[in-house]
Amino acid sequence: MLKTFPKGGIHPPENKITADKETVTLPIPKQVIIPVSQHIGAPAKVIVKKNDKVKTGQMIAQSNGFVSACIHSSVSGTVFKVDNIPDAGGYKRLAVVINVEGDEWLDNIDRSEDIIKEINSDKNEILKKIQDAGVVGLGGATFPTHVKLLPPKSMKPEVLIINGAECEPYLTADHRLMLEKSEELLIGIKILMKALSVNKAVIGIENNKSDAINKLETLSENYDNISVAALKTKYPQGGEKQLIKAVTGKEVPSGELPVKVGAVVQNVGTVFAVYEAVQKNKPLIDRIVTVTGKYLSNPGNFKVRIGTSVKELINTAGGLPENTGKIISGGPMMGRALITDNTGITKGTSGILILSEQESKRRSLKPCIRCAKCVEVCPMGLEPFFLMALSRKTLFEKTENEGIFDCIECGSCSYICPSDRPLLDFIRLSKKEVALIRKAKRIK
Amino acid sequence: MNDVITATIITVSSVGLAAAVILYWASQKFKVFEDPRIDDVEKELPAANCGGCGLPGCRNFAEACVKTDNLDDMFCPVGGNETMAKVAKVLGREVHEKDKQVAVVKCNGAPQFRKKINEYDGVKNCTIVANFYSGDTACQYGCLGFGECVDACNFDAMFMDPHTGLPVVLENKCTACGACVEVCPKDIIELRPTGKKSRRIFVSCVNQDRGGTAKKACSVACTGCSLCLKECKYDAIKIENFLSYIDPHKCVLCRKCVSVCPTDAIWEVNFPARKLKPEENSVKLKTIKRG
Amino acid sequence: MSKLIVSLSPHQFGSNSVKKLMFGVLIALLPTLFVSVWYFGLGAITIIVTSVLSAVFFEYVFNRFLLKKPSTISDGSAALTGLLLAFNLPSNLPVWLVIIGAFFAIVVAKISFGGIGNNIFNPALAGRVFLLISWPVQMTSWPEPSPLSKHLLGYTDVTTGATPLGILSEGLRSGESATKLISQVPDYLQLFMGNAGGSIGEVGAAAILIGLVYMLMKKIISWHIPVSILGTVAVFTGILWFANPDKFADPLFHLLSGGIMLGAVFMATDYVTSPMSKRGMLIYGVGIGLLTVVIRVWGAFPEGVSFAILIMNAFVPLINMYIKPKRFGKNKR
Repeated sequence: MLKTFPKGGIHPPENKITADKETVTLPIPKQVIIPVSQHIGAPAKVIVKKNDKVKTGQMIAQSNGFVSACIHSSVSGTVFKVDNIPDAGGYKRLAVVINVEGDEWLDNIDRSEDIIKEINSDKNEILKKIQDAGVVGLGGATFPTHVKLLPPKSMKPEVLIINGAECEPYLTADHRLMLEKSEELLIGIKILMKALSVNKAVIGIENNKSDAINKLETLSENYDNISVAALKTKYPQGGEKQLIKAVTGKEVPSGELPVKVGAVVQNVGTVFAVYEAVQKNKPLIDRIVTVTGKYLSNPGNFKVRIGTSVKELINTAGGLPENTGKIISGGPMMGRALITDNTGITKGTSGILILSEQESKRRSLKPCIRCAKCVEVCPMGLEPFFLMALSRKTLFEKTENEGIFDCIECGSCSYICPSDRPLLDFIRLSKKEVALIRKAKRIK
Repeated sequence: MNDVITATIITVSSVGLAAAVILYWASQKFKVFEDPRIDDVEKELPAANCGGCGLPGCRNFAEACVKTDNLDDMFCPVGGNETMAKVAKVLGREVHEKDKQVAVVKCNGAPQFRKKINEYDGVKNCTIVANFYSGDTACQYGCLGFGECVDACNFDAMFMDPHTGLPVVLENKCTACGACVEVCPKDIIELRPTGKKSRRIFVSCVNQDRGGTAKKACSVACTGCSLCLKECKYDAIKIENFLSYIDPHKCVLCRKCVSVCPTDAIWEVNFPARKLKPEENSVKLKTIKRG
Repeated sequence: MSKLIVSLSPHQFGSNSVKKLMFGVLIALLPTLFVSVWYFGLGAITIIVTSVLSAVFFEYVFNRFLLKKPSTISDGSAALTGLLLAFNLPSNLPVWLVIIGAFFAIVVAKISFGGIGNNIFNPALAGRVFLLISWPVQMTSWPEPSPLSKHLLGYTDVTTGATPLGILSEGLRSGESATKLISQVPDYLQLFMGNAGGSIGEVGAAAILIGLVYMLMKKIISWHIPVSILGTVAVFTGILWFANPDKFADPLFHLLSGGIMLGAVFMATDYVTSPMSKRGMLIYGVGIGLLTVVIRVWGAFPEGVSFAILIMNAFVPLINMYIKPKRFGKNKR
């Protein structure tokens, strides 16, 4: 019996074109652009200046506050400039640009492929190492991992859930990681269990990745207390709250942290980064990125240094097709459309998806026929049509009672709507406005 | 037959009497004292309920006027000094005159000056777009052109110019209520004093990028070159973040800065036309006419 | 490559469209269409064609020339309204009445409320009830059904008779027992197949159920509304029948006769006029079931589905306001 979340959800075409393409390491680029804000929380503080020589793995920006993460140089070379550079959204933000010279790593980083099974660090050392390595949630949310591993004192974590659902269509980065680095993942899980002091871990994997399920199931027999849960292929199975519900049957109360019901969720990519950070002293300087799209001549999964430009990555995957309409960082459901291919890969980039012009155009809006399909598919039990109507009439305060902050922005409502109404756009607007109203109230 | 009529009269009158007693009792019991001056003040207000004063409606403004000691903090932008004088008269207090203001759109990035670098496909709503990304041009500060300010205006004082894609303020209708200023996610609109004979000079740009970047994004952007600063003898111009700002209270309307600006980012409004060299910007001509 | 297109997520959309949903319902109505043509022949064809064409015509003319809005006929909703209206009329109704009905349905009940998505009442039912109240004689003379061959050419000159519900209602009023009356109407198999008097589309329960299964399979509608209506009718009439089989007909008779099947499957499930949440749908369905039985058993009309649905339509905004779907992570207070 496959586990799943009970309410809502959709099943978009999977389009996992790159599922059996082995991960290829991308050559080191000539220049990298590393923004200092690649995570949720305070931007890191730059500690290098122009013309400084840096080595691969050297810290270039210090975490600045509790909810923040360190940033490391992903290459060796000279700092070309520290300047405001447009990010994926076009707004200018501080970034460090490094010109590459050779590939000289810091000495304390273990670059061998050997798998180190023994966990020698104790709990505090593990947390310290994770924090120093700048590990953040690699599923796309980029929440600093060490913060997640230090839950509020009043709540006790009971189970560690590893998110291998990868419910987004097209993306296969996590899938490949689970197949290629299975042993490392399991060690990483052990490390996280030690850090959290929990004695149960479940890896949740969607059923369309049966090879990964089988492999991890066989291997996990050698490890105590780690099990694999096969999940139904349904979007958004990888949503944090949905995953907890599917695996443990518990519902995270509205407005609470998942640890309230004793669950901590980590993405498989994060687990691998934790393994590298703790066992190999390697900071988070590269990640696996799926480069895909129906018209791309050579789609695949690539191991990429953070800061490599999207253009370079696309060129490796066969170059930008003639009919390109959109370049999306992430998957088609929650990813972000880029305004230029001249931005860098960040810690949160799980995929680069290229859609043709035809695929990217939205259809024009038609009147709502009240078919209730959005209500049916909303995994959070909200009424998207109503939220949109309120938001359109700028009745933002009312949306708060309708649970606007429960929305996980999965996009199921916009996907299913037969009248092509931009439900999520308006829900986002309302969310933003309500947040401002709340803030204003707090100041008063 | 008579019995029926008598019975009806008796029941109806007794019900009426009972209702009257209850009503009287209720009106006494739940009486709320309200200062009669609130009504008097409200009568003097324009009843637009626009919220320009910062309060939800004209009634609330009247209440606040009655309560406060110092009327100088209160201002009805729609009615202006005239209304405030009347309010002061009703309340028997004094009020100082304030400068009349008008909304000014500080972006000149028409499509011929500011090239689009990507194509936005989605809901045409400035706030949604601004929350998501910098906009479809290389200038992250400029007008998005979806006209949320026009929708916010309660007085039909704004419209979108179809040629430039930018909002235009009709000076004679603008009440300086500030609704457009509030709603603009890019903070392009500013309330400025109308100035002598409605003449005013302002920098029509909010770009805070370095000169080169700004110029690349938009050919009529303020580059922060400080030519205007050098030209101004009255200390009315200051430059911050590569952006020039003219202080309306110090500006004497000499128009010297307008002619030195290399990117035509400084606008003059409602001045008599001066002899323009033929190659000079046509947009500027248009704006002078537009007023 | 030209300029990149930028928009907010999601970037992928389902293949659903209003057109697809409406044509899905039209396909689900095909078996019923076949049954009605089989039993009512030329009359059925005339009325269906008139109704559909005039509904589409009114929608087009009023949107295009009066309101100057883009025409919405291509989404199939007007055609669907026309077809459903036709299914609710007797097969010998004069053509001009059908046109008036379509006019009322489209112009008064739909466009005047703001067009598709904004109407409070089901347009087809509003049209039917308007005709029923204004021209009761024409609207309650029911041609006898007979296989196609017999009345290919007949239209208004067919023999008329009463519907099973009419027989029951009349008989009970004159003091006869329900058991005896039911023996006078066609047996249940005949009712199931559609060989009974009544509106064009309401007679064939089997055909309607095929349509229901199709719509459920295609996920056009959910089971909540039809099942709750039919269930309520069955339970309520069952209780009555159990209490006094002499005065009340049995549940199966109630389910198979009259417009309850058509109403529960095609009329009450109309998207625009039904509630948005699952619990709301159940309440709505139960309400329709109860009202239908109340009108049938104690009301002046032998049939009450149309009225029941219209009454519950009026309650839909209220249901939407108070019956919300269960939110994730929110327990009952």
